[in-house]
Amino acid sequence: MSAEPLLRVEDLHVEFPTEDGVVHAVDGLSYDVRRGRTLGIVGESGSGKTVSSLTTMGLTRRMGARISGRILFEGRDLLTLSEEEMRKLRGNDIAMVFQDPLSSLHPLYRVGAQIVEALRAHRDVPKAHAHARAIELLGLVGIPDPGRRVNDYPHEFSGGERQRAMIAMALVNEPKLLIADEPTTALDVTVQAQILALLERLQRELAMAIVIVTHDLGVVAEMAEYIAVMYAGRIVETAPAERLFSAPEHPYTWGLLKSIPTLEGPRVQELEPIPGSPPSLIHRPSGCHFHPRCPYAQPEHARIDPRSEPVPGEPAHRVACLLEPATRRRLWAQLRAGWTPAEALIAVGSPEGQA
Amino acid sequence: MTRYIIRRILWGVVLLILVSALTFILFRILPTADPARLRAGRNASPAVVAALRRDLGLDKPLITQFWIYMKNLFLHFDLGYSYYSTASVKSLIFDRLPATVSLTVGAAVVWLVVGLPVGIISALRRRSKLDRASMGTALVLVSAPEYWLGLICLYLFAADIGQLRVFPGSGSYVGITSDPVKWLTSLILPWFVLAASFAAVYARLIRGSLIETMSEDYIRTARAKGLRERRVVLHHGVPAAINPILTIVALDVGTLLGGAILVETVFNVPGIGRLSYDAITHADFPIIQGTVLLVALFIVVANILADIAYAYLDPRVRYS
Repeated sequence: MSAEPLLRVEDLHVEFPTEDGVVHAVDGLSYDVRRGRTLGIVGESGSGKTVSSLTTMGLTRRMGARISGRILFEGRDLLTLSEEEMRKLRGNDIAMVFQDPLSSLHPLYRVGAQIVEALRAHRDVPKAHAHARAIELLGLVGIPDPGRRVNDYPHEFSGGERQRAMIAMALVNEPKLLIADEPTTALDVTVQAQILALLERLQRELAMAIVIVTHDLGVVAEMAEYIAVMYAGRIVETAPAERLFSAPEHPYTWGLLKSIPTLEGPRVQELEPIPGSPPSLIHRPSGCHFHPRCPYAQPEHARIDPRSEPVPGEPAHRVACLLEPATRRRLWAQLRAGWTPAEALIAVGSPEGQA
Repeated sequence: MTRYIIRRILWGVVLLILVSALTFILFRILPTADPARLRAGRNASPAVVAALRRDLGLDKPLITQFWIYMKNLFLHFDLGYSYYSTASVKSLIFDRLPATVSLTVGAAVVWLVVGLPVGIISALRRRSKLDRASMGTALVLVSAPEYWLGLICLYLFAADIGQLRVFPGSGSYVGITSDPVKWLTSLILPWFVLAASFAAVYARLIRGSLIETMSEDYIRTARAKGLRERRVVLHHGVPAAINPILTIVALDVGTLLGGAILVETVFNVPGIGRLSYDAITHADFPIIQGTVLLVALFIVVANILADIAYAYLDPRVRYS
């Protein structure tokens, strides 16, 4: 295994100056993606997950973003590349699949032509050859009768088929990295599972790395080896997927886990929504950005900015939380047993010894 | 599709019948000069006026006049005869049509060729100095009355009265068949004057439409594919942004084909507009009816053509 990750994001900051103030969309983001592996980035809307992916694609520059940090792709810092160098990389080495497959495909052009265009943007292949490749890819992503469907328009495809076509388009140049931004959110649940299975199969066959960005922990549960949880432009917790589900450390992750229904859990158990709404990225809460919504927050958490630190004994598991590790563990044990945050807090006792 | 078009054409015919009925009624119930008296000239004896009235069929009851008019129109495609010159309205319209078609088509080319690129560049360089300058100019051109702009142009550039005598002045129009060069030069000023406000409107329309289109998800997809920005704009943005403007082009051209009264009058171009203008001053009902019907016909046809074009340009549009 090569030591150098395929993609390494280091201390990425993305800000958008607006009339109302500066939007701190991404605030000190760091993560690695290794070749052929999958990273899941999870967070609510407005957590900066889409902006960070678009920045990796070099698509936030023209939106007037102020960007700092480093995005190393195969050792090259993408932020230092010219627009033309970045263009040659986009859709070629790094490809992206978006949330809403209908609005993401051009309504006036045939699906095949759009795939052909993606291929010919980077490779000088004859049209007939490119057309054959488009048919091949539509077949690969599971569109029946691709030789005929290649001439359909996007509105003649079903929702799931459109997302398959988007994936085919993204894969046409055999990218090393595929960024899938909420690839299943706009789809029916049954179709969601099909698309995820498709991505998994393609990853195995094509040995590409995938960054899957979603608000839904369920989506990344099966696919991702690593999961990063984002909140207000930062990663609050990152861990190998299994560990994130079995021993989460951050109260926000607990909230996410408690708010998804499970088939195994007792049916009487009620879902616990996270109170409040995502913070404004212009006027972010002081201290720990999560403290206004955190049931376990202490007064000083509004002042101190937590740093991302490894969980004791688990170097691959990092969390940015001001609670004591021991307190966190006891709280999660209570929550996992089905108690509400308030009950867990009473059972554990006031975390920092406040009577 | 064919059935849809046939249905549209039938509805168009119904609309034209209604329009002709409406113009017939409107111009007869509105207070206007007595056509017979106008035709008879000053100091005509009542007997002459009465004879004229009988000749023109104006002595018959209104309902009979209407019936004769509608019958001639829809059974014989006969628009009647001018009260004033006794020439057939149909031949008058056909005589005048080439000038109006020349004026309209040329102006449409000018306003599309000028307006669309300006609007596209403005949209891509939003809030730049260029954008502000072109949108400011557009505002001035939209606000400038055609006759005023026409007179200014004549004052500046006309060969007879202008400060810089570059283009032929008012009344210099000749048919394309008799002298193509003179036809072209005589129409340059009218084309630009007529096109000015339209170019401004179209620049603003395409600017707005393209700004909206460029924020669409499929534009982001096009960029994510690694296409050059030029291709993103010209191949993905502009075609989608232009479609909604098509209907407006059809309507504008259709309306203008019925005569650009102000420009034709200022530049003394012998088109449908002048014909209508003269007919109105003479209360020449048959001509008024003919020209109004012509406008309605052009608009109906232009609309149907626009709808057919949509079906070809946008695969999502299917008529049934």
